[in-house]
Amino acid sequence: MTQSTAAAVSLDGTTVAFRLAGGRTYTAVETADLAVADGEFVAIVGPTGCGKSTLLNVAAGLLKPAAGHVRIFGQPLAGLNRDAGYLFQADALFPWKTALENVAIGLEVAGTPSAEATAKAQQWLTSVGLGAFGNRYPHMLSGGQRKRVGLAQVLIRNPRIILMDEPFGPLDAQTRQIMGNLLLDLWNADRKAVLFVTHDLEEAIALADRVVIMSAGPASRIIGDWRVTLPRPRDIFEVRMKHEFHELHREIWQTLKAEVEKTYKQAEAV
Amino acid sequence: MSRLGLLALQLLVAVVAIALWQFFATVPVFGRILLPPFFFSNPADVSAQVVKWFTTGSIWKHLAITLWESILAFTIGSFGGVLVGFWFARKPLVAAVFDPYVKMANALPRVVLAPIFTLWLGLGIWSKVALGVTLVFFIVFFNVYQGVKEVSPVVRDNARMLGMSERQLMRHVYWPSALSWMFSSLHTSVGFAVVGAVVGEYLGSAAGLGYLIQQAEGIFDVAGVFAGMFVLSAFVILIDICVTLVERRLLVWRPDAADGR
Repeated sequence: MTQSTAAAVSLDGTTVAFRLAGGRTYTAVETADLAVADGEFVAIVGPTGCGKSTLLNVAAGLLKPAAGHVRIFGQPLAGLNRDAGYLFQADALFPWKTALENVAIGLEVAGTPSAEATAKAQQWLTSVGLGAFGNRYPHMLSGGQRKRVGLAQVLIRNPRIILMDEPFGPLDAQTRQIMGNLLLDLWNADRKAVLFVTHDLEEAIALADRVVIMSAGPASRIIGDWRVTLPRPRDIFEVRMKHEFHELHREIWQTLKAEVEKTYKQAEAV
Repeated sequence: MSRLGLLALQLLVAVVAIALWQFFATVPVFGRILLPPFFFSNPADVSAQVVKWFTTGSIWKHLAITLWESILAFTIGSFGGVLVGFWFARKPLVAAVFDPYVKMANALPRVVLAPIFTLWLGLGIWSKVALGVTLVFFIVFFNVYQGVKEVSPVVRDNARMLGMSERQLMRHVYWPSALSWMFSSLHTSVGFAVVGAVVGEYLGSAAGLGYLIQQAEGIFDVAGVFAGMFVLSAFVILIDICVTLVERRLLVWRPDAADGR
């Protein structure tokens, strides 16, 4: 395989297991096969606790799979994935740095002169709509603003792969939609490979080129893969009104519903 | 309650307490003085003593020495605490090996060390500094250790995904986190530096506030003891105000820094 045709992220028979107290092992993800092409926006949807984030951590190189291969642009992944930017679900900004410093740090640690990094960071803050908030500390920003800073922090490094773990999960419904549109606008400018984890099927269909469904955990596997052919550029508000959106949503929901119910039954049994 | 009203009430407490003290120390109740001057002195004598110290200028030497001892104890103790705290937090094996000894040393009442320090370091300031260091070190050490250990795993993972090397992690993540824990204990550690200095002086020295109080006690000069205590309290409050100012500057990024503690 040559560089140009190799998938940006390719998981091959990936199994992830954790060692529990008492020597038993817990299999989070069982033999998952997943390929994200360069420039493709893939969303992973599954019930709570199905190991979606685990899979993302494997792609980031933060977690080593128990079995299977991880390839990044055709190369086997060893250690951290240097081609990837990761937007975390929880707040991951450095609380002791201002918004501007938080965005600039990714360039500074790579050796960019401070003045240049700061200028670039200011541009990025402006493009996520926070140009005037550069000298605020994270605790002075709202949840949505912090996510914007996080987005700028990841994108300023110009990663070839963007990993997102329910990035808009903690936000309220309106802010989520605005953030979704912002993300699509930024992504449209230079389409990177995106792996986006969410539990919200509507969000997944509205954003992604492909929606991948995972089964309920433990030992969850990938059980479905749908292509979203809605035209781009999309507007998250409008795309939800389309007939095609509803058709796809109904179709995927048939599969997802069974898994969600399984998760609830397990929770009740405990 | 407005700030001014609060201040007025706070002052009222002091005025009432001093007035009661003066009253019971000078006016007989049912033919008896409830606070005999020999044991309790009275506010007038005490303030006369304080004024005398300041007008003759004899107090400045003692204040300067206590301040200098406190600063040295704080600086050396903090430096050691930061160094060892970092080392232990980054090397769990070292921490595990030394753990029982650290607990043992910290559980020891430091006052018993004072005579040994005097023996080793003489009657000058260094024996007092050493006592202060043993107090400050453990507070800073535990806080730095905790600060490095308790860096949020998400923030750490984020730093690594942003391409930070181990050294950059140290500088941009562990160091600020450790410092913030250390600064949040600044009031306690500065306070202990002063305690170390004064207790050391009290147990044997030739100058300082502790020495002043001890000398007054030696000749049953109760007014002198109280005067020394008041000067010491004012001294500690002044230092605490300075610490609060420093803290506000250094911890602007923290949501609760505005509360001062």
